[in-house]
Amino acid sequence: MSTPAAAYAAPTSAAVEIRHARKSFSGHQVLAGIDLSLAPGSVTVILGPSGSGKSTLLRAINHLEPLDSGYIAVGGELIGVEERRGRLHELAPRAIRRQRTRIGFVAQSFNLFGHLSALDNVAEPLLAHRRQARQQARATALELLGRVGLADRADAYPRQLSGGQQQRVAIARALALEPEVLLFDEPTSALDPELVGEVLAVIKQLAEDGATLVIVSHEIGFAREVADHVVFIDGGVIVEQGPPSIVIDAPQHARTCEFLGKVR
Amino acid sequence: MTATPDVALDQSRALASPSSGPQATTALVAPSEEALRRVVPRRHWGRWAASVLVALLLVSLVTNVAQNPNYQWAQFWGYFTRPVVLRGLLLTLQVTLYAGVLGFVLGVLLALARLSGSGLLNAAAWVYIWFFRSLPLTVLLIITFNVSQFFPTLALKLPLLPALFSTDTPLLLPALAAGVVGLAINEAAYAAELIRGGVLSVDQGQVEAANALGLSPWRRLTRIVGPQALRSIVPGYVNQLIGLVKMSSLVYYVGLADMFTAVYILESRTPNDIVPILLAGSAWYLVIAAVLSVVQFYVERHYARGAVRTLPPTPWQRLRRRLTGLRVRLAEVTR
Repeated sequence: MSTPAAAYAAPTSAAVEIRHARKSFSGHQVLAGIDLSLAPGSVTVILGPSGSGKSTLLRAINHLEPLDSGYIAVGGELIGVEERRGRLHELAPRAIRRQRTRIGFVAQSFNLFGHLSALDNVAEPLLAHRRQARQQARATALELLGRVGLADRADAYPRQLSGGQQQRVAIARALALEPEVLLFDEPTSALDPELVGEVLAVIKQLAEDGATLVIVSHEIGFAREVADHVVFIDGGVIVEQGPPSIVIDAPQHARTCEFLGKVR
Repeated sequence: MTATPDVALDQSRALASPSSGPQATTALVAPSEEALRRVVPRRHWGRWAASVLVALLLVSLVTNVAQNPNYQWAQFWGYFTRPVVLRGLLLTLQVTLYAGVLGFVLGVLLALARLSGSGLLNAAAWVYIWFFRSLPLTVLLIITFNVSQFFPTLALKLPLLPALFSTDTPLLLPALAAGVVGLAINEAAYAAELIRGGVLSVDQGQVEAANALGLSPWRRLTRIVGPQALRSIVPGYVNQLIGLVKMSSLVYYVGLADMFTAVYILESRTPNDIVPILLAGSAWYLVIAAVLSVVQFYVERHYARGAVRTLPPTPWQRLRRRLTGLRVRLAEVTR
């Protein structure tokens, strides 16, 4: 009772608010207390060596990975938990599903539904949440595929598409529910080098349209070009964060320098 | 056009010249211009020989079936369409259908229990599958038929609570019910493992994508995981169903006159016609299995959508393609 709800409620100005996020997997601490605040319309690139916890942090934002302690809020609403009598309790699955519709997620391995055409993949979330009737959902899906430059491949099955095309369909699918925040988990890591560009171009366009993006990536050049906030994570903590002109071009920490030296 | 290969040939000769050291590879003897036109595919002589052998065996089999008087083909059609046999066939189909549907539903529930996070559900389903896969089907059928010997009253009762529902078990379950229940209980144990295997074969990323989009568990199962699991479930499941058709002959033990029973009784009455009677009965099982196999082909083809780049052609499509191929070749010859 002594802890008012307001203590947990995030400032409404932040699109994503992360406080004291901690998470362990069988004794190994992956997130060791992360605090991060991302403004609406911002493009954040999270950098870090593998095993640093960056993917776990991203997946915690839509509660695919529940936190052990701390909280994450999107648009001022706690994600996956609610506060009752001064403690955070996990929400019912239905409530979590509703929250996830506000957060788009694009995985490294695309995870398109293999038995559905590109169009049906994009229409699926609209139909599942009864946002639109079948005809209308197909029209919306076609429009979204047009946005990622794939309107002509609407009837193709994922296996008939290149990796870059699959990832663009996955982005269109993530956009279908008009999420407030889009999360990208190493969106180009599974792609042939020549296909990376087309996916980055789509993400860049989203950034220019004013979407709030959080991207885990190794594409330093892309981060410098598109991000307005770069976060370097190692050992489950934020080592350094700031605009790319500082974190990437003039890093303050030895660990950041070392990492960037290896990636570049 | 001709200049390029000449240059290439010159280079290869230069590379292979003796002056290039002891490790020089043997000189390429360039194939002639004539040879460049076409690569002759390898002839598979072993395959040819095997084909000839199989063709000869087939011919001898067909002549044997047609000419061996012991088959008594004259009597075959009489038994094949005999009302007793047809009535038996109807019962066989009925029992198979009911047990198949019931077994599938129960099998899905057991598979879901096995896949669930609950340790108790998982263990209970495991024990069910272990028990009913081990128990001989004949024994199981005799138990379901004589269920009152084991459970004199049927009641729904939870510990520490009065019975919610209670009734005396009928001395004998109606034969059809006993047969169907027995077969379904057995079928479910096998179906559960087939279904579970199919669900496990679906990539975990599909589940994660469904979760990230906020799909409900029901939608995730019926729309995303189920259809993709079916692709690997169907072949094994049709196997299982064909087995069920044949095992349905065990309802003989609960006193049902299925097709096998009808054939069996006919045989004992007219021992001289054993061969045509057996042939007639077997022919019906062959027909049922053939129908199921055709259904399997099309169901499999349906669920292969997206899993293969191009769907395999149906027999009709293949036939049509072969015919047009023949026509083209004929046109070439006659021209």
